[in-house]
Amino acid sequence: MNSNHLFYAALGLAGACAMGAGMVTAGGPGLAFGFCAYLTLGGAAICIWERSIVRSAFSLMGTFVGVAGLFVLLGSDFLAMAQILIYVGGILALLLFGVMLTPPDNNERSLARVGATTVMIGAGVAFVVAQISGGVAGWVMADQLPEPNSQARAIGLAFLDPKQYVVAFELAAYLLTVALVAAVYIARRRRADFEPEPETPGGQS
Amino acid sequence: MALGAYIGVSAALFALGLICIISRRNILYVLFGVEMILNAASINFAAFNRFNGGGLEGRVFVVFIIILAAAESAIALAIVLNVYHLMKTVKPSEADFLRE
Repeated sequence: MNSNHLFYAALGLAGACAMGAGMVTAGGPGLAFGFCAYLTLGGAAICIWERSIVRSAFSLMGTFVGVAGLFVLLGSDFLAMAQILIYVGGILALLLFGVMLTPPDNNERSLARVGATTVMIGAGVAFVVAQISGGVAGWVMADQLPEPNSQARAIGLAFLDPKQYVVAFELAAYLLTVALVAAVYIARRRRADFEPEPETPGGQS
Repeated sequence: MALGAYIGVSAALFALGLICIISRRNILYVLFGVEMILNAASINFAAFNRFNGGGLEGRVFVVFIIILAAAESAIALAIVLNVYHLMKTVKPSEADFLRE
């Protein structure tokens, strides 16, 4: 039994615990929340753990889909749709494209640094949780899921309303245009890359 | 579920993204970690929006985060490809081209 088996066993156990705890505290919605949270955090954990970068990239899909599920649970169906369309369909494909174009490096994981960072962040989180745990307990405001209602129309109208977000919307459009043109410009291959090295005439013989 | 649960998931995702950025020696893992951190911020915006009356502000902000993530990912990938083309390495610590 190597460390990989141990990791995945612990991950499965954590998933069962998350879903069980969610179901005990809040019933069906809690179970859904536990599943989405487990998908989100489990995907991220596998991304850090796996040595193969292709597996890491694919495990990010779990994270993105889990976040989309959390958006649904929060009553934001438009965001869930956009998340799946853009993250899973676009950004993940782009990242995989980058993975395929760069060389593999199988010995680049540093477990010592993972441990040190984990301890550091854990200590910080424990401190903050200890500071505000009383406050968080008072934040409970919803006992059940929100009614599903689509906000796609409201968001679209808000984007084009001069009193609301039309300037930001147009700026985002310019940003995307500039960014994509710049990406093509940066990534293009120069003509010199395609021509073979000129041979030195009358080289050493 | 309560707001605290969503904030907990978001904080854990942020921490995992930070670990991913710090601990791996490959530029692409830095990109993965940045995506995780942006997703954690999105969860926070959506959760605060939901538990603060359910207006549109948080949701619109999440849409802009997704737009920025798409632009950032395209530019960063182009830079990674160029760095690899120039220096034949994808390790951030070895890309010290400007030092000389």
